[in-house]
Amino acid sequence: MTATKAPTERPAKQGAVRRPGDRIFAGSAKGSGIFILVVLAGVAAFLISEAIPALTAPAEDIPGGEGLASYIGPLVLGTLLAAVIALVVATPLAVGIALFVTYYAPRRIAAALGYVIDLLAAIPSVVYGFWGLAVMAPALVPFHEWAAEHLSWLPFFAGPTSASGRTMLTVGLVLGVMILPIISAIAREVFSQAPALHREAALALGATRWEMIRMAVLPYGKSGVIAGAMLGLGRALGETMAVAIILSGGAGATVNLISSSNPSTIASNIALRFPEATGVGVNTLIASGLVLFVITLAVNMLARWIVNRRADFSGAN
Amino acid sequence: MSTATRSASGTSAPQDTVRVERRLSRSATVGLYLAGIALGAGLSALTGFAVTSTVVYGVILGTLAVYVTSRAVEGRRKATDRLVTCLVTTAFGIAMVPLVSLVWTVLSKGLARLDGDFFGMSMFRIVGEGGGAYHAILGTVIITLLATAISVPIGLLTAIYLVEYGTGRLKRGITFFVDVMTGIPSIVAGLFAFALFTLLFGNDFRAGVMGAVALSVLMIPVVVRSCEEVLKLVPNELREASYALGVPKWRTVVKVVLPTAIAGLGTGVTLAIARVVGETAPLLITVGLITGTNLNPFDGRMATLPVFAFYQLTQPGTATQAFLDRAWTAALVLIILVMALNVVARLISRFFAPKTGR
Amino acid sequence: MAKRIEVSDLNIYYGNFLAVQGVNTSIEPRSITALIGPSGCGKSTFLRSLNRMHEVLPGARVEGKVVMDGQDLYGSDVDPVNVRRQIGMVFQRPNPFPTMSIYDNVIAGNRLNNTKMKKSESDDLVEKSLRGANLWNEVKDRLDRPGSSLSGGQQQRLCIARAIAVEPDVLLMDEPCSALDPISTLAIEDLMAELKERFTIVIVTHNMQQAARVSESTGFFNLNGVGQPGRLIEFNPTEKIFSNPDQKATEDYISGRFG
Repeated sequence: MTATKAPTERPAKQGAVRRPGDRIFAGSAKGSGIFILVVLAGVAAFLISEAIPALTAPAEDIPGGEGLASYIGPLVLGTLLAAVIALVVATPLAVGIALFVTYYAPRRIAAALGYVIDLLAAIPSVVYGFWGLAVMAPALVPFHEWAAEHLSWLPFFAGPTSASGRTMLTVGLVLGVMILPIISAIAREVFSQAPALHREAALALGATRWEMIRMAVLPYGKSGVIAGAMLGLGRALGETMAVAIILSGGAGATVNLISSSNPSTIASNIALRFPEATGVGVNTLIASGLVLFVITLAVNMLARWIVNRRADFSGAN
Repeated sequence: MSTATRSASGTSAPQDTVRVERRLSRSATVGLYLAGIALGAGLSALTGFAVTSTVVYGVILGTLAVYVTSRAVEGRRKATDRLVTCLVTTAFGIAMVPLVSLVWTVLSKGLARLDGDFFGMSMFRIVGEGGGAYHAILGTVIITLLATAISVPIGLLTAIYLVEYGTGRLKRGITFFVDVMTGIPSIVAGLFAFALFTLLFGNDFRAGVMGAVALSVLMIPVVVRSCEEVLKLVPNELREASYALGVPKWRTVVKVVLPTAIAGLGTGVTLAIARVVGETAPLLITVGLITGTNLNPFDGRMATLPVFAFYQLTQPGTATQAFLDRAWTAALVLIILVMALNVVARLISRFFAPKTGR
Repeated sequence: MAKRIEVSDLNIYYGNFLAVQGVNTSIEPRSITALIGPSGCGKSTFLRSLNRMHEVLPGARVEGKVVMDGQDLYGSDVDPVNVRRQIGMVFQRPNPFPTMSIYDNVIAGNRLNNTKMKKSESDDLVEKSLRGANLWNEVKDRLDRPGSSLSGGQQQRLCIARAIAVEPDVLLMDEPCSALDPISTLAIEDLMAELKERFTIVIVTHNMQQAARVSESTGFFNLNGVGQPGRLIEFNPTEKIFSNPDQKATEDYISGRFG
């Protein structure tokens, strides 16, 4: 009846009598929830505490000998480069896939096709690394050469080209494949939730299928796609093994995507250096991990904020 | 929009009130597209035939052919519609390429060593050919089970809190931060476990449990989210029916809500396991790798399948091919493992679902 | 069994929202009391406050008194769980537990509370309760089938059997027939006529003919407007309510002039 009116007040006084079983159970459930918050805070706290030695250490003790900022700087650049390439490649594709599965594919097989796309998300990242190294890198070498020949006026394609194809460009494309299912899953969900009334109204007005999508589906799904892209970006930023396996060389800061010396990414740099690191080296890597943590946290919080804002508006729940 | 009315196919309305549109038949569209692809093949042959260029030219020309013809016959709006149809289908096709290529590559390279030795032997005292991933498979199983044992109680209880008890700021806070936690990079989870255990037990401590803790950080938010979704699906009427029988809330949750949701919970947990079983980075920097078998997750390094695969590929010894073969087979086993878990998850949801009449 | 319920100056709140205001009434034992009124007038809320079921919503609270045979249901030392064991409830939509068989559904109240019972005892209880709900002959050969395999009307009677199996003093029914076809409705109404020998029954219904057919007393709830609290406008013997009500609003409602 009037149930929806209930604001969350303090629990009624009359509920004071509670059974021990209820108290214990509710307490442990609540405790688990709080524990998760503690863990998240713990992740930040432990990273900070282990990163502090690197912040206070003299510049020459940091690997590279030029201080923390110039060590982490190129890594941040590499991380962003790879993730942005992935995002630029994956987002339009993912939107296309989502539209295909929700509105173009025959009804009977649409669910199965969606499942096939989801399979891409199930493949472990180390396997993507294997595949990128064995298939993508050599396959992209001709494209590298073509780009160096025709697009060298762009700083991204300045060359000289890598003969192995183990470049930032290849990494970005592989990451794009990896985040494709994440973005398309969310896009699919929001597209399929576009109000049937609006869609049918558009069709009833004589719109073609594309016009119906442009008028009734895309405006509705826009923020969902943006949020999905942000989540994909978060995943790409933190992706480790595929980058560690494919990318060659840890050169300084450069935006050249097709040469054999590239800036590494934060995550892959940690994975590759950590097992052998000692002393301040460990702290430096943890400090870089902290930077990555902060970046992904910011991206994810932004994405969640967009998603939640949309949920408030849609009234779907 | 000039087309005021249009004829649905099959209605024979008078010509002067309904404008009959010319339409391309389905077969004509497909035919045009194929003609474009054939043209693309010819173009590719001019520049030295290759499959890649054939497909690229073919798809572009096929799309163009459909668009141009449709524009001439059906008008701008229909042509745009057809163009988008082509683009969207192409997008799906593009996504299929890496999936097929990846599965094919791993299969063709991994089958070579998919033999008894791979599952029966460790790498202890093996420097060249032979050997296997017995130790790594066991390590992966132990660490994953340990991570599950940590994550499921915490995740399930948190989901119960969010659905059955939570109110106000704490509920919103937990929901938000669980979502945020889903996005923690796996390597950061590894660093967390490393930092935690370093502070507790000193710098040189290495054990499987470190990896399990790192995986739990990744797994808990997944478990919470999926369990929360499933618990929300349990109809409120069942809770009320139970309360009305004088059953306390906690018994209602344990004996009515959880059994009703058991299929979904099983599916969610299985998918969460599938998500972390292939994680490499956090294990690489916490648990490391050894060549022998260590079954005690509380003392010493352990081998795990993903880390094993990584080192076999990146640090081959003298007998390079043997190492590469083992690496690819490990990758294949990993994929099979993940796919099997996905299939199990689907089976659980199919067979354990309560038989509701509604 | 079968107890009298005295309600005095009862206000029911959801948070700061006053949903029902100033109810004073007395519900007689071994009779059927019907509550009627337009949607949203608070009759279901009032019904649920009688066994403290409304408290499962956060922020719900009451002022005033509900006394059952001298026991204050809202006393500071009263456990709502115990209240619900004495005052059972049947809901609008049949809600058998989907994971349990028909047999287990009937003794769910005992099973879920881990009450130990011998097999023969529980067999007897199941038979007695199903007979009490006029369902025994229809299901005695398939007690191990899931409760959800029954038809809607059978499911509702199963829910009644489940409610009476814990041997409450009072049975609350929240529109128990609104999801059922006329024949099932008739079966439930017949059942209610039998059950009132043993229980105090309070039923909320939208169906005025039903109220007239089954009940001894009828309460009419109404509210002045959206956002206003619901009130008990009139409480009288059913005959009087339907032939010669005291209040103009009751007469308007019954003769279909509004709502």
